[in-house]
Amino acid sequence: MLNIKNLHVKLEEEDKQILKGVNLSLELGKVHAIMGPNGSGKSTLSYVLSGKDGYEVTDGSAQLESVDILDMEAEERAAAGLFLAFQYPVEIPGVGNMTFLRTAVNAQRKLRGEEEMSAGEFLKVVRAKAKDLKIDADMLKRPVNVGFSGGEKKRNEILQMAMLEPKMCILDETDSGLDVDAMKLVAQGVNALRDDKRTFLVITHYQRLLDHIKPDVVHIMANGRIIKTGGPELALEVENNGYADLLEEIA
Amino acid sequence: MAMDDVQVKDGVDAETVEAVKALSGTYKYGWNTEIEMEYAPKGLSEDIVRLISSKNDEPEWMLDWRLAAYRRWLELKEPDWAMVDYPTIDFQDQYYYARPKSMEDKPKSLDDVDPKLLETYKKLGIPLKEQALLAGVEAPEGERRVAVDAVFDSVSVGTTFQAELRKAGVIFCSISEAIREHPELVRQYLGSVVPVSDNYYATLNSAVFSDGSFVYIPPGVRCPMELSTYFRINAENTGQFERTLIIADKESYVSYLEGCTAPQRDVAQLHAAVVELVLLDDAEIKYSTVQNWFPGDENGKGGIYNFVTKRADCRGHRSKVMWTQVETGSAVTWKYPSCVLRGDDSQGEFYSIAIANNMQQADTGTKMVHLGKNTKSRIVSKGISAGRAQNTYRGLVSMHPKAKNSRNYTQCDSLLIGDKCGAHTVPYIEVKNNSSRVEHEATTSKVDDDQLFYCRSRGMDEEEAVALVVNGFCKEVLQALPMEFAMEAQALVAISLEGSVG
Repeated sequence: MLNIKNLHVKLEEEDKQILKGVNLSLELGKVHAIMGPNGSGKSTLSYVLSGKDGYEVTDGSAQLESVDILDMEAEERAAAGLFLAFQYPVEIPGVGNMTFLRTAVNAQRKLRGEEEMSAGEFLKVVRAKAKDLKIDADMLKRPVNVGFSGGEKKRNEILQMAMLEPKMCILDETDSGLDVDAMKLVAQGVNALRDDKRTFLVITHYQRLLDHIKPDVVHIMANGRIIKTGGPELALEVENNGYADLLEEIA
Repeated sequence: MAMDDVQVKDGVDAETVEAVKALSGTYKYGWNTEIEMEYAPKGLSEDIVRLISSKNDEPEWMLDWRLAAYRRWLELKEPDWAMVDYPTIDFQDQYYYARPKSMEDKPKSLDDVDPKLLETYKKLGIPLKEQALLAGVEAPEGERRVAVDAVFDSVSVGTTFQAELRKAGVIFCSISEAIREHPELVRQYLGSVVPVSDNYYATLNSAVFSDGSFVYIPPGVRCPMELSTYFRINAENTGQFERTLIIADKESYVSYLEGCTAPQRDVAQLHAAVVELVLLDDAEIKYSTVQNWFPGDENGKGGIYNFVTKRADCRGHRSKVMWTQVETGSAVTWKYPSCVLRGDDSQGEFYSIAIANNMQQADTGTKMVHLGKNTKSRIVSKGISAGRAQNTYRGLVSMHPKAKNSRNYTQCDSLLIGDKCGAHTVPYIEVKNNSSRVEHEATTSKVDDDQLFYCRSRGMDEEEAVALVVNGFCKEVLQALPMEFAMEAQALVAISLEGSVG
C-alpha cells in the first residue's frame, strides 16, 4: 500500500536533516505502529507524507499504491486516499464542522472525477457516523475544532476519517491529551474502520494506545531512521525498558 | 429544515465553492453592452446641470435645488483625510449624463425595453430572481419575490411589481419619476438626511444626480417583498451619480437590496452616490449592499472610484435601521454608511465585509451618532486585505449629552493574506454624558498556514481553502444578509481573493 524508500528530509528554512533514510513497507489491510522518543522524526514523517510545506526531500521516495506521492499537492494525496489525523487539529473559526466535512468530501470526489454527494445523502451518512463516535448534533454545527475539548478534537478527526474513507490512514499521536475513556472511544472508532482494504500507520509514544488498537507490526524510530521492526511484543518491551536499551543496541 | 441549515447558515458550502469554480478567474462582469448612448457633452457647468434637469422633465424647484448645490460645490475642496491615494480627478473630463438611446421614448412597460438591456442583466448571471423578474416573468407561487428597479447608467429602465406594491400603498420608482409624480414627498425629504452642503461628493451628487430609486412605505405597512436595485455603470468615462431616497413612515418595514457591477475598463470611472433613509416612529429599514464594481487590474489600472454618502436618520422613536454591506470591488472605496439615532430608543446596526485585493484601497466604516435617550448601536466590521491592498476601518461613535443610557458595541476584525498588504483601524469615540456605555473590540489576524494545510490535507485546493477560512471569518456579517444575497456574497468573497495566495 505505502512504500517508503531511503527517505531523507531536511527543513526548508534551516540546514537540519530530520529523516535520514527511512525505509518502511506497509501492506494492505495491516496496522503498523511507529514508536520512538521525542525528536526522532515521527511527526515529520507524517507531515512529509501528507504534503505539508516547509520540508525538503533530499533523497528517497514514497509510493502510495505504486504511485509516487512526494510531488503531488496535499489535496491530490488526500484524493488519492491518504489521510492524516492531526496531533493538534486546527481551529477554523466561523466554519461549521458539517460544512467543513461536506466541502472536504465533495472536493475529494471532484478531484477523483466522481459525482458529488447530495446534501440529503451527506446528512444521513454523517449523522450515522457521528452517532457511533458519540458526536452530537451540536458538535457538528459548531465551528471546526473551536472550543472543542481534547477528546472532542480527536473524535472529530476520526469522524473526518470515517467520512473520507481513506485507504491509508496516518494517526499522529492520536492518544496525546486524552484520558482513558476518550482514548477508548477513539480507538473504537479506529477499530470500526479496520478492514482488509485499509492500512493504518499509528504514531505514538506509548504502548497504552496499542492496547486498544492492536498493531500487526511495530517499528521503532530513532534519530531519523527505523531502527527496529517487530511484532506487538516490541511495543511491550519498550514500555517496560524504555528506548535506552534499543538505542544502545544500534550505537 | 436541517438541509437548509447546511446550505446557507454554515458559512461556505459546497454549492458555493462549485459556483465559484464555475466562474472564471478574472473579473466576470467585464463586458460592454453595445447600446447606442446619448451623451451630454463632457465637463461640468451650470448648463450641464440645467440639461440633466430638463432631460428628466424636472420642475423648477428641482432645478433650483441642483443649481444651489452646484454653486456650493464650486466653493468646496475635495477631502483628503481618507487613507486612499489616487490620481487627481479631473471633474471636467467626465461625462455627467449618458443614457441608452432607446430610452428617448420612455418605455411604458418592460416589453418596450431594449432587449439588449435585458440581455445585459442576463449576463450578470446572478442566481437571483431579479433576471426573470426584470424580464417580466412571474415567480412561481410561494416563492419569495423581489421587486427590482434597475439603473442602467443614468436612467431607470424599468420597475417591476408596481401594481402589487401600489396595492400595498408602497411607492417604488425612479427618483426622477418621484420628482414628477410625488413632489410633496421628495421636497419634504430630499436632502433632509444628507444636506446639499454635507460633503464634497454629496454636494456634487446633489447637482448632477441623473437618476436613482425612490421608496415610500406608508404608515403601518410591511413591504410585501424585498425591493432591489441593480446599478451598473456601462458607458466609458461616465460618472454615475445615483440618488436614493427611502422613507419608512410610522410602524412600517422594508428590506432593500442594492447590487452593483461595472464592466472592465482601463480608464478609472467615478461614482458618487447619495443614499438617504428616513425612519419615523417604530419604522424599520434593512439596507443591504453587495458591491463588486471593477477593482482595476493587478497593477491598479482602471477600476471604479467609489465615493458614497449613505446615511439613515432614525427620526422616530423606537425606529431601527440596519446597514449590511459586502464591498469587494472598486479601486478606491470611500464610504461610511451612518446612523443618526435621533429618536428615543432607536437602534442602528452596521455589518460590513470589505475586501481589498491587488492594488485596491478601501477606507470604509460607519458613524453612529447617538442623540436620543436609550439608543443602541452595534458595529461589526470585517476587513480583509490581500495582495498589496490597503484596508482601513474608520468609524465614529458619538454619544451626545442628551443620549442618556445609550450603548454601543463595536467589533473590528482584520484579516491579512500575504505580507504586502495593510489593515488599519481608526475608531473615533466621543462620549458626552456619563450614563452611556461604549465597547470597542478589535483583532488582527493572518490566514494561517496551518489552517490552509489542514483544509488541503482534507482534499480542498488552495483557493477553496482560502475561501472557506475567509467565509468563516466573515460569517457574522454574511448571516445578516438576506438569503439570496448571502449566497452571492460568499461566491464574491472567494472570487475577489482568487490568486491572493501562493
